[in-house]
Amino acid sequence: MVQKLDMLKESPSQTAGPYVHIGLTPNWCDITGVYPEDLGRTMVGLQAKGERIVVTGRVLDGSGTPLEDALIEIWQADAAGLHNSPIEKRGKADPHFTGWGRQPTDGATGEYRFETIKPGRVPYVDGRPMAPHIIFWIVARGINIGLHTRMYFADEETANAECPVLARIEHRSRVPTLIARRMEEDGRAVYTFDIRLQGENETVFFDV
Amino acid sequence: MSDQGSFFQRDRSWHPPAFTPQYKTSVLRSPQFALLSLENTVSEMTGPHFGHSQLGPLDNDLIRNYMQTGEPIGQRIVVHGRVLDENAKPVPGVLLEFWQANAGGRYRHKKEAYLAPLDPNFGGCGRTITDEEGRYRFRTVKPGAYPWPNGVNDWRPAHIHFSIFGHAFTQRLITQMYFEGDPMIWQCPIVSTIPDRNAVERLVAALDRNNTLPMDALAYKFDIVLRGRRSTFFENRMEGN
Ligand SMILES: [Fe+3]
Repeated sequence: MVQKLDMLKESPSQTAGPYVHIGLTPNWCDITGVYPEDLGRTMVGLQAKGERIVVTGRVLDGSGTPLEDALIEIWQADAAGLHNSPIEKRGKADPHFTGWGRQPTDGATGEYRFETIKPGRVPYVDGRPMAPHIIFWIVARGINIGLHTRMYFADEETANAECPVLARIEHRSRVPTLIARRMEEDGRAVYTFDIRLQGENETVFFDV
Repeated sequence: MSDQGSFFQRDRSWHPPAFTPQYKTSVLRSPQFALLSLENTVSEMTGPHFGHSQLGPLDNDLIRNYMQTGEPIGQRIVVHGRVLDENAKPVPGVLLEFWQANAGGRYRHKKEAYLAPLDPNFGGCGRTITDEEGRYRFRTVKPGAYPWPNGVNDWRPAHIHFSIFGHAFTQRLITQMYFEGDPMIWQCPIVSTIPDRNAVERLVAALDRNNTLPMDALAYKFDIVLRGRRSTFFENRMEGN
């Protein structure tokens, strides 16, 4: 026998189920009067620095059908590449930008939509800059443990080409699954990022 | 400082795999490629912070927070416990959000079709933040079991859904709490997505008679464990740790 390590095991994950909205976006599913506003609904304050952008898309299952019951959270740096988090030690992030958003996919169209700002660059573990990116976390009925992925920007070709995380993807044909298309809508950049859970062009998901 | 190092790798054999055919919805919603392993970068090691000032006084009281004409029907319970990390250290400042069916097993959701009635006084959502010792507590009614379309006669055991924010986005977790002594736990296709019986038992809250409120509410104790971090005593990275 040896001494015990006294370590605990992480609580095992369970699916968020079809009614995750009751807990996480109650106002969105008509449970009103409990919380003034759903958490994560507003990310950008009036005085926030940086380019205002919209990020939208769908989450598709292995048959190509959009999920109408998914919930997405995003987490990202501010325009200067700093996170609005007490753990951020590199500097003070923009206080007018939360960096964190939470949105359901629409019950009819399956589309999600975030109004945010374009993030700056953040260093990789060895100090090299990563390309600008947004962390995505996806839960839904049928997803047993939340899925982590990253969205990159199609108009950041140079930064994407030197991003140490994108460089880690062995199957180069899968890199485009992480890159959002850019369009203009009323003078504002709209990035479209579809997430494919399975099948042709399955999105790269990370074990982080 | 032990809050500086990278997080222990997630034990994927302890968590449910993505593809679990007995839970039919997972079949088309499970990625088939291997996950890409990534060292924690500052993007994953940071996360949003939630303060007590963001909460309302009834947020941790599901008996009162949706009351219209009186209190909801059902067995009154207190759920309490601690949030710890894998080093067995308490985690303060953790936002916990929870949701559940009413005492009859009915959810307040437009897509819910179960014939059990809505309770006009029960919304089914609540939230709280752990204190300096990682403790939390909330009051509710015990949810009922409910049937769901999977097999023709599948039922969920009574459960409360939990969403948990640690200090880093990589600790993000959603899980479910079950109740001690419920035989239906061991018949549930969603519970059985977890491969190890010992792991399932980590999700079963114990009846806690010592913390029961006499003549008022039974208590259940439910501890939650989030991923732990390495100590950084011997790390000297300059960037991104
Ligand atoms: Fe449920």
